[in-house]
This record gives sequence, structure tokens and C-alpha cells, in this order.
Amino acid sequence: MTRKSVRMMSASGILGYGFPEASLQAALALKPDMIGVDGGSSDPGPHYLGSGKTLNSRLAMKRDLGLLLRGAIANGIPMMVGTCGGAGGTPHLAACADIIREVAAEHGLHFKMALIEAEQEQGFLLEQLEAGRIKPLGNAPELRAADLKDAVRVVGMMGPEPYLAALQAGAQVILGGRGTDPAPWAALAMHHGLPPAPAWYAGKILECACNAAIPKKHDCLMVTVGEDYVETEPLNPELRCTPLSVAVQALHENASPIIRYEPGGVVDSSDCRIEALTDRRVRITGMRWTERPYTIKLEGARQAGYSAIAIAATRDPGLIGQLDTFMDFVRESTATKVKALGIATEDYQLVLRLYGRDGVMGAWEPHPDDAPTEVAIIAEVVARTQDIANAALSLARVTLLHSDFPGRMCREGNMAFPFSPSDIERGAIYEFMLQHVIEIDDPLRMFPIRYEDV
Amino acid sequence: MVKLKHIAKACKSKNAGPFHITLDIMFDKPALFEQVRETGVINAALIAQLYGVAETDILFTEYAPALAWKATLPRRIASGAVGDTDVYGAQQHAPLLDIEIPLDIAA
Repeated sequence: MTRKSVRMMSASGILGYGFPEASLQAALALKPDMIGVDGGSSDPGPHYLGSGKTLNSRLAMKRDLGLLLRGAIANGIPMMVGTCGGAGGTPHLAACADIIREVAAEHGLHFKMALIEAEQEQGFLLEQLEAGRIKPLGNAPELRAADLKDAVRVVGMMGPEPYLAALQAGAQVILGGRGTDPAPWAALAMHHGLPPAPAWYAGKILECACNAAIPKKHDCLMVTVGEDYVETEPLNPELRCTPLSVAVQALHENASPIIRYEPGGVVDSSDCRIEALTDRRVRITGMRWTERPYTIKLEGARQAGYSAIAIAATRDPGLIGQLDTFMDFVRESTATKVKALGIATEDYQLVLRLYGRDGVMGAWEPHPDDAPTEVAIIAEVVARTQDIANAALSLARVTLLHSDFPGRMCREGNMAFPFSPSDIERGAIYEFMLQHVIEIDDPLRMFPIRYEDV
Repeated sequence: MVKLKHIAKACKSKNAGPFHITLDIMFDKPALFEQVRETGVINAALIAQLYGVAETDILFTEYAPALAWKATLPRRIASGAVGDTDVYGAQQHAPLLDIEIPLDIAA
């Protein structure tokens, strides 16, 4: 039975991670209906959403965007980028738009561009909260107005609808703020009239590109979507998609491999069949889409204070044998010295991470009592101001170096510092703060689209 | 008895959003996956015990198409928040490696 299908490419896991140019050329030779890349993730932590800085460098993003833009314009197909700049706020979107304009000017390219904003105004969020339309996910606490007022930036995770609207308006280059990862590809498939189930499934496979292939590397992936199937094959001849590698991508960064909540519904893979068509091409059928009331997930960051850190290490078996009591002493002694500077206890926090013991897993470490040969200590102070962080850290560092302990043999100091200066300012630091969704009937309302003739 | 690290293809951890960590145990041989599945050792209660969290806080899924088990649990500290030790959640898998599977297989 002949049916409509579309071919879509994803360049790499995140914009700026790079991909082989040969893979893009191989994709373009297959005449895809669009090329795209996901630009972000919450994985690198709250810094990017909080600070407005991009995850990857401008140079790396320009290299990737330049190749994709020129390929798309030369072939007359759409180019779409999801969650621009890592976090998908206004400054992240602006940074990517700026690169696109620059590449276009350098190569004399002309096209209609759509910029889809995802950053949310506090007034709108407070109004929605007041109306009872912001709901916690799982065990998250109820949101309070004070929490929203604390936020430095809140984004909504858009669905495919804003991309779909931009395609319908004739935009060829579409840059999105924060969105659910599959959104650009799901939108393209829906734009061509394909049903939501395969469209969403294709988007999920594509969002991390060749994470769905083996051996694992940052490379381009091509997916074909039909009415009731998705087929996937890597463009680099050295890579293969196998039923197992595709199933692995279904596990990737998801709470559940079979149920995935998206704006407006659920993608259910419980009854999916994953079959090898060749030794490097896989066909997936049986995915389902169940509509649910439309919701948009919120992501927010608030400032947690200012941080300064110092890295030290001990190779002293006597000290390593009594680390807990020693660190208790360091905390107490530092607190006394900090208080003497007139700094209030509630204005700073000292965090000691002990690498070689439980620095990676903390309370989850199953073997905290194994005696290591050496232990590295990262001392961090998080404080209300950078000056307080610097001052308290300086005292913590001296206390680590010069405190006594029973049986001490190393009379000149108990720590090895690898660097001078030892103390490093980290500036403002941020925390994620929202695990909530907003119930909203109109999928476009939170995501205004601006069009621009480049 | 054989340790999981000697028979599994992968034991890994990763964030599932900023507030959860997801653990994946994966095999690459269907027959071996089936043998391990039949022992019933890999379950939510075991993960709860290894990580010191309540079983009710764990979303546990057996996912046969990938020859895998997945467990998603709340992070101790949100990704990148003050005191966090693993922003990507990518190094929380070690307790899985030493899970003892009651099978008579040479390591």
C-alpha cells in the first residue's frame, strides 16, 4: 500500500556538539523534507537558564548552524532548531538568531525566519497561578506566588503547535525557545498530514540523533515517517541502527520507556514492534497517541547565591583515618572565624565534598568506609554576596590547611593545593525551581512567533 | 551467583529532568535477559534498598524490547543545586554493578 511519508534529519544531540559534514551531505542527497537539531536540555544544570548564557560556544553553534542553514536554503527545505542556546530563554533564542543573520549575510542567503519565544512573563504566571491553572507534577509542592517572584527566568516547554503555525505561515527557518525535544520533527510530520503517534515517536528518536545508533557518536540521523510506521537509519556508513539501539534511545533520559507525557497527550510504546529491515535500518510500528487535556511544563531557575571554591587534597594516612572528625572540626572552627568577621550564620553555607570517599554519590555511596590512598576536597562557600563567599572560603581554606588532629606528623600543613590562587570565584549560582505544568487550552498562547525576512 | 557487571551489557544512570535520576540495566542477549528475569532479583524493592529510598518513590519498568529494566527515583539534591555532586546524574550507577544474580554463569 502506497502512503504518504516524510523524511527528516537530525544533525546531532545538541546544537554545537558538531557532526560530520559528510553525513549532512548524505542526508541532503536523499532529499529530506526538513533538517533540524535540538538545541538544549536541562541536563547541564540550572546555570544556563539562570544566567541567560548559552551551553555551547558561539563558534561551535555557528559552525553547526552555518552548515545546516546553507544546506536547507540550497535545497529549499525548512531548517528547525528546538530549545535554542541550551535553555531556550529569550537571550538564548536571540544568540542563535544573531548567528543565523550573520551566516545569511556572509553567504548572501535570503529566507523567511520565525522566532518562537518560550520565556514567560511573571505577571502571566501569577495570573495563571491565581486562577488555579498551575499544577504540581508527582510529589512536587504546590507553587506559591512568592516562588514565582523568586524566579530569575521561567520558560514553558512548547509542543509542536508553534512550529506547525510557523510552517503554515511559510517560514523556512524556525528557531524555537524551550520546547519538548521532539517538537520540531513532530510538527513537520504533522504539517504533512501524518498522525500524531508516528510523528511524536519519530521526534523522540530524532532529538538525540545518533544516540539511537551504534557505535555511539555525535552524528546525523535520518528518519522516515509514514501513516503507521517510523523507519530510522544513520547517514554515516560506519554507524548502524539496530532494534536494540533504537530501544535504548526509548530509555534515554525518560522516566518511563513506554509512557511519555507530552503537551496534549501521551505517547504509548507498550505495544511497539521494532524490527530490523537491514543490518542498519530499523522499522518501528504499533506506537499509540492518546489525547489528554493540554498542558505545558514549566522550567524555572532562581538564584541560590554566590559561590567560591577551593580544591585541596590530602595524602596523609593519619588524616584520612579520621576525616569525619577532622571535617567537623574544620566546619566548627571556620564558623567561629567567619562570625568574627561580622558575617551572619544564615548568610553563607560551607559545603565540603570529599573525593576518593563519597564525593560522587554522597549519602548513596555504598562503600563510604573503604580507605583511600588520597582524598581530594572541594570546599565551597555559597553566600548572599560574592564578598562573603570569598571571605568565608578563605577562612575555610586556611582551616583545612593548618588544623591539628591527633597523631599529626605533617607539622607544616595537611593539605596539598594544586593551584595558586587556590580560591576560585564562581559568581552567581542558580537552582531549578519548578516541577509544574500549566493547564492551557491554546497551545500557541504562551509562545509568540515573530517573523523576519532575512 | 554472578555479579550483574559480569553479565549485563550496560548499567547506567542519567537525569530524567532536574529532579529525578533514571537507572538502566541492559542486556544484549535475549536468552540471558530471560534467565535473569526469571530469577526475579531485579525489582523495585532491590533498587529501593540499594539507594536508600522508599519503594513507593520508584517508578520501575521492565522493558523487554530493549532487554532492559529501568528505575526512576527522586534525586537526593536537584541537579546543580547547592550540595549536588553530579549535575548530569551520570555516575550514580555503581551500586547496580555488584547486584548478585543467582545464576550459575562463569563471569
